[in-house]
Order: sequence, then C-alpha cells, then structure tokens
Amino acid sequence: MKKKLSIFFALLLALSTFLAACGGKKEEDKTANEGEKPAQEAPAKEQVLNLLESAEIPSLDSTLATDSVSFRVMNNVFEGLYRLDQNDEPTPGMAESYEVSEDGKVYTFKLRDAKWSNGDPVTANDFVFAWRKALDPNTGSEYAYIMYDIKNAEEVNTGKVPVDQLGVKAIDDKTLQVELKNPIPYFLSLLAFPTFYPQNEKFVKEQGDKYGLEANTTIYNGPFVLSEWKHEQSFQLKKNEQYWDAQTVKLETINFNIVKDVATAVNLYETNKADRTGLSAEFVDKYKSDKNFKTKSEPVMFFIRMNQKNEVLKNVNARKAIAMAIDKEAMVATILNNGSKAANYFVPEGFVKGPNGKDFREENGDLVTFNAEEAKKYWEQAKKELGKDKVTLELLNTDTEVAKKISEYVKAQLETNLPGLTVNIKQQPFKQKLELESKMQYELSFGGWGPDYKDAMTFIDMFVTNGAHNETGWSNVEYDKLVQDAKTTLLSDLQARWDAMLKAEKILLDEAVIAPMYQRGSAYLEREYVKGVVDHSFGADNSYKWAYIE
Amino acid sequence: MARYTLQRFIYMLITLFIIATATFFLMKLLPGSPLQNQEKLTPEQQKIILDKYGLNDPIPVQYVRYLGNLAKGDLGVSFQYDNRPVSTLIADRIGPSAQLGFQALVFGTIVGILLGVIAAVRHNTAIDYGATVLAVLGISIPSFVFGGLLQYYIGVKLKLLPVAFWEGFEYTIMPTLALSVFVIASIARFMRTEMLEVLGSDYILTARAKGISGFGVIFKHGLRNAMIPIITILGPMAVNLMTGTLVIEQIFAVPGLGEQFVRSINLNDYPVIMGTTIFYSALFIFVIFIVDLLYGLIDPRIRLAGGKK
Repeated sequence: MKKKLSIFFALLLALSTFLAACGGKKEEDKTANEGEKPAQEAPAKEQVLNLLESAEIPSLDSTLATDSVSFRVMNNVFEGLYRLDQNDEPTPGMAESYEVSEDGKVYTFKLRDAKWSNGDPVTANDFVFAWRKALDPNTGSEYAYIMYDIKNAEEVNTGKVPVDQLGVKAIDDKTLQVELKNPIPYFLSLLAFPTFYPQNEKFVKEQGDKYGLEANTTIYNGPFVLSEWKHEQSFQLKKNEQYWDAQTVKLETINFNIVKDVATAVNLYETNKADRTGLSAEFVDKYKSDKNFKTKSEPVMFFIRMNQKNEVLKNVNARKAIAMAIDKEAMVATILNNGSKAANYFVPEGFVKGPNGKDFREENGDLVTFNAEEAKKYWEQAKKELGKDKVTLELLNTDTEVAKKISEYVKAQLETNLPGLTVNIKQQPFKQKLELESKMQYELSFGGWGPDYKDAMTFIDMFVTNGAHNETGWSNVEYDKLVQDAKTTLLSDLQARWDAMLKAEKILLDEAVIAPMYQRGSAYLEREYVKGVVDHSFGADNSYKWAYIE
Repeated sequence: MARYTLQRFIYMLITLFIIATATFFLMKLLPGSPLQNQEKLTPEQQKIILDKYGLNDPIPVQYVRYLGNLAKGDLGVSFQYDNRPVSTLIADRIGPSAQLGFQALVFGTIVGILLGVIAAVRHNTAIDYGATVLAVLGISIPSFVFGGLLQYYIGVKLKLLPVAFWEGFEYTIMPTLALSVFVIASIARFMRTEMLEVLGSDYILTARAKGISGFGVIFKHGLRNAMIPIITILGPMAVNLMTGTLVIEQIFAVPGLGEQFVRSINLNDYPVIMGTTIFYSALFIFVIFIVDLLYGLIDPRIRLAGGKK
C-alpha cells in the first residue's frame, strides 16, 4: 500500500511541477512574423513568399474565428462582399455594385460571377447562410455582435426571434438585400470583416464537423487557396486560378512556417529562410539602422482605467493629476522601443478621417499631455478636497514581462511626481484581470483596446453610462447624449456626427476618466525584394493580393 | 504475475480517475472563461455562448457530464481551435514530441552512462573532475540557453545545421542535443555515484580476484547493478521528454505537444487541459508500471510475484 500511495504522491508532485512551470510561462510575443523566399539565388523572379506565423491557425470557419492568425489567413483565402484595399478603403469583392435606399437602411448588392475553389458559383444564399449561422445562438460565435447593425441581428443572436427573421435576403442567385437597424456610414468597410464572409451551404453541410479543420475540408473564394496545412508546423497558400481578379494576383505561393520564438524568427530571417519577421523590443536596437528595418503604427490604444468607486479616484482633480503625471514619451522610448507612440488622446492617429478629409487627431489634437508641475497642482488640490495626506492605490496589470516593466515605470513616475502617493502593483493572468475589471474590483488598471470597425465610435462608445466596457463607474449625461445622437439621429448629418464624437472625446479626457498611455506600434524586418504586402489597421492584419517579389 | 498485473491495472485506473477528478475541480477554480474574445463581449453575449457549451451549469453537473463523455472515449472539442476534437489535437502533435524525446533519451542515456562510468573508474583524476564539472553545468544551464547558443553558433554563424523547423532528420539534431544535455548530466551523476559504490563492493573484489579483466568486471558485473537507480529516474524522464518540452519546441519551431498544455491553461481551454492531463497521467502511470517490471528483469532480488504483502 505504501508503494501505491507513494506512486500517487509522485503523480501529484509531477502534476504540481507542471502547474508550477505554467505559472512562470514566458509571455509569447504577439508580434506577427512574416518572412519571404530564400534569397541568394537570382533575387526574385520566382513569385514565392516565405513568411513566418506566430501560431497555429485556430479556425478557418469565418463564423467562429476571433484571432489575428485566423483572420490573416482567411482574408487571403476568402472574400466578402467588399475587401479592404491598400489604403484600408472598401473595394468591391464578391459584390460588383450596390444600391442603397434613400434612408440608408436597405442595401442591395449585385454579386459578380465568382466561383468557389470547387467550381460552385458564389451566390447570394452563401451570404445568407453564413450570416445566419454566425448569429445563430447555437453556433456560439464570439464575433456575432459585429453584425448587430443588421436588422434583427441582436434579437436572433439572443434567441428572441428565429434566424429567418434576420434582415438579409437572397432576392435571386446574384442579388443580396441587407436591411440595417441604423444607417451606419461605415457599413461597406464592416463588410470586409471576416465574420461577414460567405460560406457554401452545400459544402459546409457535407463536411459537417470537419468544415474548416483541414485544407481539403474547406473551399475558398479569395485570391489564394490553402493548399497544405500541417498542424502546428506550417501551411501554404497557392494562387487561386478561379479567383475573379486572378490577373492582379502575382504571387504563386506563400509558405508560412509556424515560429513562436522571436529570437528564432530573427535567426531564420538572418539565414534567408524568412523574408519578413516581427521584432520584439530587445532586437530593435540591434536592427534599428538596418535598411530593412521598418515600423508601423497600429490603431490599438493602451490606457489606465481609474475606478470611480474608489473615493480618491472619484475626485476629478486626482484623476487629472494621475493622467498628467506620467512621462509617456520616455516610456515608449525605453520600454517599448518599437514604433509605439506616446498617446495624449484616445482615438488613435491615422485611423479615421472625417467628412472634411481630416484625421480625427488632426482635429482634436493633444488632449492630455505630461506636465509634472500641473499634475502636482491638481494633486495638492485633490488631497485638500479629500482631506488626505497619504494615498495608496493599486495598479492592476497582466502578468507579462512588458506589463511588469510598464507597471514599475508608472509606479515610479506617479510616486515621484505626486507626493504622498504610494502605488502597489498587482499582476494577474489576463483572464483574471478581465474578470477583476468587469467586476470593478481594482483601483487603477492598465489595459488596451483595438477597433472592431473603421469608425471612431468603436472607441468613443466604450464609456457610456453602464456600458459593458466602461468599467470605471463614470457617467456623464452630455457624453451619453452625444454618443446616442451619433448612433441615431445624426446619422443623416455626418459632419454633425463627426463633431459630436470629437466633443465626446474631449469630455472623456477632460474628466480624466482614463489616462491614455500609448498607441501601439510594431517593428519588423522585411527584405527589400518584398513589395506590396499590405498592413491593415483593423480586421485582418495583412493582404497579399497585391504583393509580389521584385 | 498475471494477478499482480491485473491488480496494478485496477489501481492505475483508480489513480487516473482521481487525477481527472482533481484536475477537473482545480481547473474550474481558474478565473475567467474559455472565451477568446472575452474582453470585447458584454456579459449577456458571454452568457449566450457559455450556455451553448453548458458552462453555466452547476460544476457537479458539468463533472458528471464530462465523466460520461470520457467513459465513451470522447475528450470533447477545443475552444481555442474552434471545434477541433481534443483527441486529434493530441494525435497531431505527439509525434514530433515523442521522436525528439526518444532521441534525446537514447543519446543522453548512452553518453551519460559512459561519462559516469569513466568518471567512476578514473575516480579522483582530472577526467573525473572534468566529467563532474560537465555534469554540474549540464544540470544548471537551462536548456533554452544551450538551445539558443546552439542555434546561433551552429545554425546562423557556421550554417552547419538548419536553424529551425521540422522537415527531416538534420532538423532534429540540434533540439535533440539541447534536450539531451540535462539527461546526460543527470545520468552521469547518478552513474558515477552508483558505480563507485558497486566497484567497492565485495563481489567485485571477488570477480577481480578470479582474474576477470577490468573491462569485464565493469560492464558485466558492475554496470548491471549500478543501473537500478538509473531505471528509476529513466521512466519519469522518458515521459517528461516524450510529451514535449515547451522551451525547446519553441526555440526550434518543433510542432509538438509541449506548448499546448501550458497554452490551454492560460486560455482556460477546459477540454484540452483535461485531455492532455489525462493523456500525460496515463502515460506516466504506465511507465511507472513498466519500470517496476524492469526492476525484476535487471535485479532478480526484486520480486514482483508477491503482490500481496
């Protein structure tokens, strides 16, 4: 018996070792890696691109996918009614043209003659089928909400009405009619989002559970087809000869190898096994002067939420003090070092332009800048109002290496610039952090937000009273009204809508609901013979339709 | 023997059941849900999806349902790889991990034993000290440092071997070496200690007195007895190596199982956590059983037959 007991304990021990090892898991760098074809020989000519991918493809079912790897692949092997072009503007894909009703609520799309890779034509029913599937509560799609602008979409998704009530109709094989709840101005670019891709009903039903799990249990209607998929190892895209715009597509083959370690990716780039690779902060200095070193800015914002259930953070002067007390320039330069920009704003730069053609940032400018002296003034004022001399706040963050450095930096800045303030750092696993935020069991919390569609509203409406992502307890009548109007009555007057959103951002930062930190950037290396790889600011990260080897 | 085996088999099942149960309930203590897009979903939207998977049911209900499926051999489908069955997920990845682990184990054991024996035979000489220093370094240098160095110098600088990927035997050499360092070091240390003890025992003196050559004494009489503790550590080590190692697989881009387990815990991918735990435990229990059988083969003094003591 003793022996059995000891075996049992040995097992428990082994298990606990495993669990312990997991706690110390090194943060997997999110930077997407891409590379290209082995150089050396005659540079280019052969239209083969060799890229790296940071993870296995989680899903090829457009109604289920949620992550950047799936989206990147799907954007290149599927096509929706519209796709994003080189400037992130919607360009016709499966749709040839559209008409919109006077009230902007009914879109009628004329589909072009396009084929799936098995030869079947792409029909209006493929869209109806896929969209109903995405919204069907039995599918469990985590991006269903992106379709909520369609009439009855939310009701279908929450099971209040049957799926056939969804405001999408196939008038005939080549005509699709979509009814919207509100005449949103960004609907065409929304259609480029992967959840809106079509699916061939007959094929999907034939494959059943296996649809989207293997290269040959999926059919494609995009510029490329997935020709090979070795799980966790590699996958390959080949030019889709059936694609309606095949003449534009120059690349014959794109090889993706899955590499999770950034140092390995860099070594592969160095040995010409990959022509493009993402860089993490520690590699930036080494490659900064390399001619193939590039950075790009992404419309993803990082900021500190301040929980107004906390009596100190309920005080607007205290919040302003905190928002102004952190030297963000130094933070992006020393900790991130990858093209990220210090943010004095909430709606990212280079993301949306107004009816007048001006960038959101150009119009609203810097709204909260680092100023240690001002911060101190606000802080003294707040302390007086609160009748406190010493304040302790807890800063919640995730448990990654970068998060640790950022937390320590923020702590040091706040404690130096705001006398009497002590900041304690609390690092939690990502999921736990989300939970604490949504239950509002935190004081300060560092977090991020990326856009779902190409409109400032994807950022602006986060902080409406009791909004699911507000999580600060802040409530402001004027702000709520601006958001509500921009979503409804002002849809007929886009300039007024734009102005309302500009004003809402000003209120948000004037009240220091959050302390903006930075807009994410990323650094990468790309061989000079790789041309035309398009980086998108939302939805899928890349398009290879226009890429070629020179 | 048959009786013993049967009895052991039943105990193995019970152990597995306890592990599955403990893991299930511990796993449910993890905060958060398995949703991947959780930060973007409102609580109502989360509820719709969790309802679909029955994750809002009371935990005992979920537990019974899980056991029911498990009894039917159904490990469920993954959350992170939408709808991919856990069994194919493990099957797809175990191959490379097992191959790498096996190579590292064989290579590491042979080199480790040789090193250990040489150190013992040349006790207290420069060779012994050299081997000891190597062993200590091997145990204390983390494999990712060694792997990273190998990759940089042999792959990038000298271009002797491919930097990474998994396309043929030459791709397995560097990860095997990196993995086997620890094996070599552990085995060499054990081997040296055991061998010294065995070589000092009376029957070795007798053997030598009979005039058997030095080589014969060491390998015929000494090694077999010194192997017993090695077998003990070899079993668990084999399971550890063959189920994949996170770090080495990441560095050399090996499409193995190593990262899967860790990632599934971070993402609350319940079916994958359970599936890999059960798989790993079953393998572990089985190997321990094999080790017990091996004892008998190597040392007849250890008897298994008396199952009831």
